[in-house]
Amino acid sequence: MSSRKRENSVRGARNPRKSIALTVLMAFFVLYTLVPLFWLFVNASKTQPDLFSSFGLWFGDDFALFSNIHQTLTYNDGIYLRWLGNTLLYVVIGAGGATLLATMAGYGMAKFRFPGRRGVFSVVLGAVAVPGTALAVPTFLMFSRLGLTNTPWAVIIPSLISPFGLYLIWVFAVEAVPTELLEAARMDGASEFRTFFTISIRLLAPGIVTVLLLTTVATWNNYFLPLIMLSDPNWYPLTVGLNQWNSQSLGAAAQPIYNLVLTGSLLAIIPIVIAFLVLQRYWQSGLTAGSVKQ
Amino acid sequence: MTTTSTVPDARANPEVPPVKLEVRRQRRNWQGWAFVAPFMAVFALVFIAPLAFAIYLSLYRRQMIGGNTFVGLENYSQLLSDASFWSGLSRVLLFLVIQVPIMLILALAAAFAIDSARLHAASFFRLMIFLPYAVPAVVAVLMWGFIYGDEFGLAANLNDFLGSKVVTPLSQKWILASIGNIVTWEFVGYNMLLFYSTLTTIPGDLFEAAELDGAGAFRVIRSIKLPALRGSLVIATIFSIIGSFQLFNEPNILRPLIKNVITSDYTPNMYAYNLAFAGQQHNYSATVAIVMGVITAVIAYVVQLRGSRMEER
Repeated sequence: MSSRKRENSVRGARNPRKSIALTVLMAFFVLYTLVPLFWLFVNASKTQPDLFSSFGLWFGDDFALFSNIHQTLTYNDGIYLRWLGNTLLYVVIGAGGATLLATMAGYGMAKFRFPGRRGVFSVVLGAVAVPGTALAVPTFLMFSRLGLTNTPWAVIIPSLISPFGLYLIWVFAVEAVPTELLEAARMDGASEFRTFFTISIRLLAPGIVTVLLLTTVATWNNYFLPLIMLSDPNWYPLTVGLNQWNSQSLGAAAQPIYNLVLTGSLLAIIPIVIAFLVLQRYWQSGLTAGSVKQ
Repeated sequence: MTTTSTVPDARANPEVPPVKLEVRRQRRNWQGWAFVAPFMAVFALVFIAPLAFAIYLSLYRRQMIGGNTFVGLENYSQLLSDASFWSGLSRVLLFLVIQVPIMLILALAAAFAIDSARLHAASFFRLMIFLPYAVPAVVAVLMWGFIYGDEFGLAANLNDFLGSKVVTPLSQKWILASIGNIVTWEFVGYNMLLFYSTLTTIPGDLFEAAELDGAGAFRVIRSIKLPALRGSLVIATIFSIIGSFQLFNEPNILRPLIKNVITSDYTPNMYAYNLAFAGQQHNYSATVAIVMGVITAVIAYVVQLRGSRMEER
């Protein structure tokens, strides 16, 4: 990506003095974003009694993180692990499928002229503006008539569509895949699919990773859709399961399991945070691609 | 991917395809459909069909006698005089006009600071401010809900320290602001990164020229950086407006904590959800969903239009 190169050259050209005041000001900003996460970590390491008796932003008498993790993973016959498995299933099939569909369609839009292309263009562009949550209730009503609710398909099928992903690949493919290359492949008699899967897909790789990240985060964090589609706890993803544990702690005949909710929450964010940190370069380029005209 | 010096956003002008017009005319044939068809098939199933089905549902009503009957626009006229709907709608509007500007201004300030090259450890700040975006909404809300709580939350610690119950984020008076804080915490980093990414694409010679002309940092922000950000600002505003109108996760997850403060019709989306699930009023629920979708789309469209008109000036 040339934006990074340019960034360096720009910053190299003008090198103003660092400001302590600005840095301190921004440190307060970071406190705002990090203190709640620190609070979560501290409190996930407390026993249930310590939760209520010790100061919120520091550790309690016992460091119980590991016993909490053990309890979280084994509570109710290990339902947490089942939810984790469900989340992974929805992410692999949902986000993976969404990336494949968006990549093929974005490539098709960028590199082919076909009847109805303008129609596809305006429909997809309109869909970017339609909020997913607005469709959730109608989708539920329709899926319940089709007998799809309370099955994994009810969560997976709607996750397969990412209009924004299609848009990113489209913008990306225009530059990344030279039309001359495709013509040369055609001359050699290669089929369009063969060209796509052997040549184009490699050139599209950075864009594909960006879309995969976007759809993975969206699926991993999805709450509304599985909440309305699923009633059997055995199919819940982590998000819905954690919320159920929390509600369970509050009911009339409450059996408080706050320590499990806290530890379960902490465990649920670790994989996604790691993915973010490792692949942040792609985020940056994806956002730039999405917001800057070619 | 190369970026050019023209920064305006492609999506801000729906009429202009985000691709360069190919100089060389390509052969027009049906081959492209092989790539687009799978997407469009699923798209039809999860976007177009539910939309059509919701419109159909909204025109009917399930009655004790006679079953499903066509009622025309009766559901819509009922909605227009439904106090629950209006109170929810005015609540999300209030939320929108206060929370969205605060969040976007904070994001803008952070983006300028990180881009200014005057910050120590700028990339650390960029990453840490962005981090909350990776946290699932459910976890973010549960976490803040606990922090707000007066059992073992920070609010409780503060009240203990002050000796009285002054800090009550979950009370009727403060709950909307508390939800606003959660939403800001979740999305300020995303918007910051969106703005920052756009700032890094401004060509360096513009800054060199400004420096030669003796322009200060604020002058550069006003004359170079803000105009360059217009497209991103339009997008961020549209996404934030959509998010506000569709507000659901945060109040719905907080609701078990404070059932009497957050009612089942707290936001239009919660109303539609509860109508469909608790009330089994599918037809009326579909009506609420359609009306909210139309309102959201219209406002997003107006913002987009205004944004691109400002660009032409």
